[in-house]
Amino acid sequence: MPGNLSDHSVLDNSVLAPPAQPASVLDDSVSADAVLKGSVLKKDFALKGRGFQPRRKYRKISRGFSRWSRMAATRVGCWLLVCALAVHLCSVCAAQDIHPPTSASAGEDTHLTAAGSGKATFYLMGPGVSSKSEVELGQEVRIPAQNVRNAGNYSAILCSDTCRSATFYVTPAPPATLTFLVHPSRVPVGQNDAVSGVALPFDQFHNLVVAPHEINFQLTSGNPNLMSRTVRTQNGIAWFRTNSGKNAGVLQVNASLDAVTSRRAVQQVASDPCNLRIKGQRTTKGIVVETELVRDCSGNPVPDGTIVTFTANSDNTKSSVDAPIKRGIARAQIEALGAATISAASGVVMGNELRIGAQP
Amino acid sequence: MKFVLPIILVAATVVLMTLAIFGVGQNAGTVGIATGSALPGLGSKADTPEQAIGSFLTDIRRRNWDRAYSALSKTSGVDEPSFIQDWTGSNGSLRTFSSLETYEARPLHATSDDAQMRVRMRWTTPVGPVEDVRDLNLKHEGDVWKIVWPKVTMPSVPAQVVPVNYLRWDLVNGGADDGWGSRNVDAPRVRIISMNAVDSSEGAVVMGEVVNEDTIPAFVNVNAALVDGAGKAIDDESSFDKIAHVLLPKQVSAYRIDFPNISLNNVKNVRMDVKATLVPASADPVIGVMDQKLDPDAQGKSVLRGQLLNESGQTVNIPHVIASFYDNNGKVIWVSDGYVDRALLPQASEPFAVEIPKTLASKVQNFHVVVNQYSLGKS
Repeated sequence: MPGNLSDHSVLDNSVLAPPAQPASVLDDSVSADAVLKGSVLKKDFALKGRGFQPRRKYRKISRGFSRWSRMAATRVGCWLLVCALAVHLCSVCAAQDIHPPTSASAGEDTHLTAAGSGKATFYLMGPGVSSKSEVELGQEVRIPAQNVRNAGNYSAILCSDTCRSATFYVTPAPPATLTFLVHPSRVPVGQNDAVSGVALPFDQFHNLVVAPHEINFQLTSGNPNLMSRTVRTQNGIAWFRTNSGKNAGVLQVNASLDAVTSRRAVQQVASDPCNLRIKGQRTTKGIVVETELVRDCSGNPVPDGTIVTFTANSDNTKSSVDAPIKRGIARAQIEALGAATISAASGVVMGNELRIGAQP
Repeated sequence: MKFVLPIILVAATVVLMTLAIFGVGQNAGTVGIATGSALPGLGSKADTPEQAIGSFLTDIRRRNWDRAYSALSKTSGVDEPSFIQDWTGSNGSLRTFSSLETYEARPLHATSDDAQMRVRMRWTTPVGPVEDVRDLNLKHEGDVWKIVWPKVTMPSVPAQVVPVNYLRWDLVNGGADDGWGSRNVDAPRVRIISMNAVDSSEGAVVMGEVVNEDTIPAFVNVNAALVDGAGKAIDDESSFDKIAHVLLPKQVSAYRIDFPNISLNNVKNVRMDVKATLVPASADPVIGVMDQKLDPDAQGKSVLRGQLLNESGQTVNIPHVIASFYDNNGKVIWVSDGYVDRALLPQASEPFAVEIPKTLASKVQNFHVVVNQYSLGKS
């Protein structure tokens, strides 16, 4: 019995052999096959007590043969099952294959095709849109214009037995408006690179038109055309930068793309006062002092409302008045009985000094 | 036993009432809110100048004008309506919104016939507490002391036509279709032209000047943040009312930002931020600042005093004076402000005074005053 026990242990080992070593098992069976052809068969078979009990090698041969056939059958079955599933899937997929539109424009009807027959559920998902509808396979699936108003990537999903999806891109419609940003709204005259503008073409559905277009920028002040420049949009943006003019007034800035035009106005204002000069005289109430016409260094009148600070210094006292320019001139009345030295300043710009004698 | 507690309570009440009626007015003298008689007609006679002043100011506090007027000397030369108007204010001035909160009287000199008292009055106003110091003369008339009230000179504006070329800026906002704000008007360009940070007795102070460089009016606010060595913000404050908020084109205003209870020793950096928004504004009224002079006042404090002259044809209800003081290098070393409690009538003038810290008074070489104005019914 120890021998039997030993045989059993061998058999068990072979059965429990790790799958990483199947070759040794097969080799074992092949060698057993060869042994069957020899005389070993006669010697090693013996009748023992209660029935035929093959000895160790023949039991291994028998066991190896059955395992091989079982494994082969299992593998073939798996492959057959996979193939069958693949064939089934292919047939199903082919039955509802989606062909998205090759080009679609925002706000225009488009369609896609779905092969097959029967009914299916069609889902459309895109920027700001999601819809669900029942469609007939084998016919064109129409996507209405209002569902593709926003440019961008859309996903089309068709579900019957299974679901299939496809994506397509909706491009913006032709430019319909120009968003035109001009900075600043006020600019002092004679400043370098002080005026800038950015134009962005949009279609009628407010999609940024990223395809290149040529935008013409024009700056006019009165009659003369100060600047005209054509700029091609890059990623939907075109811009310019230029100097402010020499004369105060309204600067018209136009941006045009074909028939689409946008217009902005920039107020060109006088720069800081230049050569601020004052004059004054003594009256019964004190000293009335006023500026000459206040202009900037380009000769533009400084806007009304600009503050001119008059300061009168006399013996130990000082008087000051912040007077606004009105009609180009700032005027103030200063109460000073004694001789006074009067100066003027506007912002950080100083004017001349004026000496007024004491009241007689 | 059950009557002990009620008896104690009644006795205590009687004692307190007695003290209130007779005790405090006689003994507490001339300080504060609780002086004077509690019940009308039960006040004591003004046997001393202190009692006369105490009783008088208590009546003023209670707006008991008849009793207060009866405490005046016959030599005062002021009629009751003018006297009342002197205390209650007129023309929408700051005084019309104020009430006397506390007072403190100190004798300056006294003889058997006359005396002079210095009264420091603290008013509560919409712009914060305002202190007013007056020297009052008293005369011994009969057996009581009476107050000699100076003649009230209210500015009298003659009927006249003041020609004014009104200049104002109105603001029209963009429509709803202006989605990107592409047609909005830019905010005014405003620049801080000087800044100085100093330690004061009440904490750190950041001050300087700001100018509107644009051609439109600006509503300006200056903010400052104190940063420590680790880059962490210690505190941030704004200039609040210590700035002329509405700056016309090219106008310069001083600003002051107070950081109470903070020492500059802990501060590594000061972050300044000026915010300007476009507002409708008017170039009028024009207010001149005349006869500006640095003087010690009656209490020995250094003050900048002068006269505000309204050169326009409209009343300025609450004038606000902001003064910047410079050292010999032209650096701003202090900024003071003060409200004038009387309205500034057209073509009329009102005095003002703002205080300078004693430690800085000797360093002041120059000063600049701007006048902020608040008029009722106007923004």
